[in-house]
Amino acid sequence: MTLAGFVAKNAFRNKLRSILTVLSITFSLLLLTFMMTIWRGFYLDKGSAESAQRLITRHRVSLTFSLPSSYRQKIRSVPGVVSVAPMNWFGGQYKDDKGENFFAQFGTDPTEILKVYKDFKIPDDQLAAWQHDRAGAIANRTLATKYGWKIGDRIVLKGTIYPVNLELTLRGIFDPPEPANTLYFNSIYVEEAVGWAKDKAGTFAILADSPESVSRVATTVDDMFHNSPQQTKTESEKAFQLGFVAMLGNVKAFILSIGMAVVFTILLVSANTMAMSIRERTREVAVLKTLGFTRGSILSLFIGEAVTLALVGGILGTLMAAGLAAVVSKGGGMMAALRMTPGTMVTALGVAALVGFISAVVPAYHASKIGIVDGLRHIG
Amino acid sequence: MAIPISYNIRNLRLRKGLTIMTALGIALTVTTAVFLFALLAGLNRAFVTSGEPLNVLVLRKGSTAELTGGFDASLLPTLKNLPGIAKASTGEPMVSGELVVVIVLPRKDGTGEVNVTVRGLMPAGLELRPKVKLSTGRWFTPGQREVVVSESIHKRFSDSNLGDSIHFGKGDWKVVGVFDAGGSAYESEIWGDVNQMASDFDRQGGFSSAYLRATDPVSADALKHRVSDDQRLKLDGQLETEYYAKQTSSGALIRIVGLIVAVIMAIGSIFAAANTMYAAIAYRGREIATLRVIGFSRASILISFMLEALLLSFLGAIVGILLMLPFNGLTTGTSNQVTFSEVIFSLRMTPAVILGALAFALVMGLVGGLAPAWRAARQNILTALRG
Repeated sequence: MTLAGFVAKNAFRNKLRSILTVLSITFSLLLLTFMMTIWRGFYLDKGSAESAQRLITRHRVSLTFSLPSSYRQKIRSVPGVVSVAPMNWFGGQYKDDKGENFFAQFGTDPTEILKVYKDFKIPDDQLAAWQHDRAGAIANRTLATKYGWKIGDRIVLKGTIYPVNLELTLRGIFDPPEPANTLYFNSIYVEEAVGWAKDKAGTFAILADSPESVSRVATTVDDMFHNSPQQTKTESEKAFQLGFVAMLGNVKAFILSIGMAVVFTILLVSANTMAMSIRERTREVAVLKTLGFTRGSILSLFIGEAVTLALVGGILGTLMAAGLAAVVSKGGGMMAALRMTPGTMVTALGVAALVGFISAVVPAYHASKIGIVDGLRHIG
Repeated sequence: MAIPISYNIRNLRLRKGLTIMTALGIALTVTTAVFLFALLAGLNRAFVTSGEPLNVLVLRKGSTAELTGGFDASLLPTLKNLPGIAKASTGEPMVSGELVVVIVLPRKDGTGEVNVTVRGLMPAGLELRPKVKLSTGRWFTPGQREVVVSESIHKRFSDSNLGDSIHFGKGDWKVVGVFDAGGSAYESEIWGDVNQMASDFDRQGGFSSAYLRATDPVSADALKHRVSDDQRLKLDGQLETEYYAKQTSSGALIRIVGLIVAVIMAIGSIFAAANTMYAAIAYRGREIATLRVIGFSRASILISFMLEALLLSFLGAIVGILLMLPFNGLTTGTSNQVTFSEVIFSLRMTPAVILGALAFALVMGLVGGLAPAWRAARQNILTALRG
């Protein structure tokens, strides 16, 4: 029998206990992996190549103040800027005021928005149809599927910020790289219906010619409007999104503390099991020693056993976490970009193996140190 | 006859290491749960205790929040003349036209910028919010560039001490006082004179909202309908308490994430508790058989082991709650999805939170202990005695 076979056999000889331990580790690692996935999505994910080339300009005071539409032409003149489109948050209600029926709606310029978001895929005829209909709108596929919208359907949005109800016709369905529920319509509609909305824009979405010029464009734009009554703040799309995460509160500390609690819990559970199973086998250890096994090999036997259990739990846990992430990302919003990567999985398994190793070290060391005679005499 | 509980206590003490480790595992789960429960309790309190039942909040029809309200200032005199409005100490009707804007302030600890609500009020606005008390300094003087800040803002943001100047709008504003809003949503605001603010944000001639104070609850209700039903005004009236109750939805994300975390951790801990109890029973096979021989029934053995599992989880719960105690009252903030600014709240370990955590732990013990206790009660006496 090989050493690995011996380890595997021992790991599952008390089936009930091993299964319970594995399940306990599974659920802990499910949580840990899920938290790591959120962390990665919020802080480490750089986004698509196109996203790294995009910037958002907003009023310096806060998003709730608007900018003059005339800024668009000035921004366009900045070297390195390829396209600029206004993005006006409409914040209307669809059907009712329930949270689950809320999605992002932006008034924009149909001729240019998809030049900024060139990673959005839309058939040419649909885009042309939208550009020709002032009351037209486009939505991403997940959103359209959610409400069963088809091309040509009427969508009524009740205004909350603007005192107007929009009666839009769906002209196109697009596929974005990340499934964020969004509807775009022509900003002219609101500007003509509401006097004070005329010639105002909430934010500008900018496409730069390369990721390298992003920071230079940002400073140039902000410097350009520095002495005007409406100063701007321009940042990369990722930084802009992180601003929303920061508003949620101290997310970093939240994830970290839960992660720590989880890791510590697995450590306890797994150490507990190893301590139990090693104590039971004191006499066996003595027998192994009589047969000529060295202290080192006994130590590695037990540690191997613990690591095996932890890894089995880890694999199950990360697989479940991948499933959970897929389910949660369907919910859209900030979680839409949640996706498990192989890197996260490997890290989680590494944590599992490490925890298994640490949990077995102390009891295994004690077991390996025991004298043969004492061990054989042990009843337990 | 029941097996005395001291038997279980002694058993838990005998296997000290095992007991402590399992209890600690449960304790960590309980700590996490208490943390999440307390977070939600604090958040709910920030909204539930906000608002005066006698105040009627007036917004433009169709608008859902003060920030997106906005109506013409010429409507205010009409509102002032509505019947059922209480009189201020000056003899004027208690009506305050207000301006609400959101500005960005850097956090004191340097962890980024946060949206903060700035509110411009009329002098009556202070009087119709009797729950808000001045803790140091004085209120702002109308016509001056002065502001009072809430205690949370004072603690969490730089430049918000008495005598400091905060820069927003078109210049500096002097901080002349700090107010205590008693954990309500006002706890996240900066207050100043409405006219000064309007000129700074180019919003002269308009208000975001208006507050009317009614003489009694009945006229508050009547007032609310009178505002909404008046076709000329195109405004909507609602009780201030109703307005804030709607905003509790801001905690939805924390609630969902919290629930997922608590449930997953609990499942993990249930397996761990079951493991410990199975081990406890495996060690005591002969002992249990002896108890049966002496005459204890299966039921009493089942109950005894269930009790032991409950005891274990209770121990864990106590440790978990104690671990969380130092964090009680910790303030934090999250974004309010209605006002689009930060709402500040504190962790509140209310009796309900603590009872909830205890129940949570006992359920873990119950579920984890059931199968092992069942096995203990059902085992064959003869084989167990021989083993």
